[in-house]
Amino acid sequence: MKARSRVWDIAVLLLLAVWAGPFFWQVRTSFTPDVELLATHRVLPASPTTIHYRAVAERSVMPRSLGNSLAVASLTTLVALALGLPAAYAIARLPVPGKVFLMLVIVGSTAFPQIATVSPLYLLMRALGLRDTWTALVLANTSFALPLLIWLLAGFIREVPVELEEAAFLDGAGRLGVLARVIVPLVAPGVASAALLTFLAAWNEFLFAYTFTATEASRTVPVALALFPGVFEVPWGDIAAASILASLPPLVIVVGFQRWLVQGLTAGATKD
Amino acid sequence: MTARQRADRRAGVAFVAPAVLVLAALSLYPGLWVLWLSLQQRIPIFGIARFVGLEHYAFLAQDPRMWNAARVTLVFTIASVTLELMLGLAAALALQRQLLGRRVAVSLLLLAWALPSVVTARVFEWLYHPTAGLVNLLLGGRTLNWLGDPSLALAGLIAADVWRTMPFVALLCYARLLTIPVEVYEAARVDGAGRVATLTSITLPLLRPVLLIALLFRTLDALRAFDLMFVLTGGGPAGTTETLTVYAYRSLFQTLQLGFGSAIGVVIFALVMLVAAAYLVVLRRASATA
Repeated sequence: MKARSRVWDIAVLLLLAVWAGPFFWQVRTSFTPDVELLATHRVLPASPTTIHYRAVAERSVMPRSLGNSLAVASLTTLVALALGLPAAYAIARLPVPGKVFLMLVIVGSTAFPQIATVSPLYLLMRALGLRDTWTALVLANTSFALPLLIWLLAGFIREVPVELEEAAFLDGAGRLGVLARVIVPLVAPGVASAALLTFLAAWNEFLFAYTFTATEASRTVPVALALFPGVFEVPWGDIAAASILASLPPLVIVVGFQRWLVQGLTAGATKD
Repeated sequence: MTARQRADRRAGVAFVAPAVLVLAALSLYPGLWVLWLSLQQRIPIFGIARFVGLEHYAFLAQDPRMWNAARVTLVFTIASVTLELMLGLAAALALQRQLLGRRVAVSLLLLAWALPSVVTARVFEWLYHPTAGLVNLLLGGRTLNWLGDPSLALAGLIAADVWRTMPFVALLCYARLLTIPVEVYEAARVDGAGRVATLTSITLPLLRPVLLIALLFRTLDALRAFDLMFVLTGGGPAGTTETLTVYAYRSLFQTLQLGFGSAIGVVIFALVMLVAAAYLVVLRRASATA
């Protein structure tokens, strides 16, 4: 029995590694010199090289785009949390007029297709003079991350026993004080989940970024990767290196922050 | 109403106000504005902006390119979602019995899901390379032009989409499976239930609600999908992978017809809302009979 389950474990791991195979193949491609890429099919390159990474770092817009993406995704997460935490607390605990309608609108707006709101938002950003700025992307990303974030956080906050807040009220704290000193520390893992999902969505977002940016001043990583230039032929090795760099934050989140990521993804869906 | 209740009410309004204002300005307002835009002829580079009523919709109703895009979207959605649900369920059932290296297993599983879809497009573009791609190599050295052949491109696109979204379905199912108490299975074994009976009478019924949620999320996402086809095939070859979203985007920002493109956006919007509403009706009926 024991030996059989060990075989099963290894077989499942192997199958999952095969599923992740396309990504590993891209890693392999990023370390393979151009002459080998189109000519040979060795699993590992005969003479591994970092030339593609150097080309991307020195002669492409990727370094600038990585900076833009890091800033846009971080700022989106901060703004969404600053707006979403109080809103989630109010929805979970306070008597807000029209609360049912509000929740309906929030849940409903998660279904809004970006392709339908991109044209009005484009005109709005242009009218506000925000084209090709981080601000435009942070605002647009916040608008589509906020509903899910509020819904997630409200769920986590509801699980905190109300009695824990009472002690703080007796000490004379207001609602904001309770939120900051009692609720946030207690739902810290939930906040981490919501923050990770927001960061990931903002890091991966393509449609708004492709539409609202015009130069490398604000182009994010997915945009730079979609527009990656090739003069005479497609630079497969350079593209592979650039796509590995674009994948690093998601990779860190999946491997390093898996617990919180999974908690956020499965919240609600696994309750009866 | 006590002073405390009044204060709570004030705090409640103050706490939701900023988020509601941002959502109203950046989500609801554009959602209504797009309806108005779709009733206009609007071509900014020529300074054209005039009201044309339902003209765009009348044109779309008999536009062959529109109907082709609708067909592609439908095939893409049905094929992708079906494959994702089946493979996701299989992966979750395999993981359920996994004891060793669960963290590694979940990392390998979620990797494809977490990557930007533009990266997925770039990864598959290279895998599908006619002469040097891994796919043709594994098929025994064929030279199929996966992304350039009109009879293969949609299948190639669907495979890439299934690759990146199957893990989401698998994770939802897996998380639900972990909450089933071991005693339930032990009881079934004591009652003499075989593996197949256990699966069909215990595991699958318990997974039903999660599968329904995954079905809804995945259908809505497939209908709205844009990045992958836009970067991988750009809608080509010969429009065989041009979904409604790609047609809308090209009309909006490549031929710069903001009014016409918005009308396609509104059609997608209506489609998504229709599916969500139909799902809610089915769910309500299911819970009423349960």
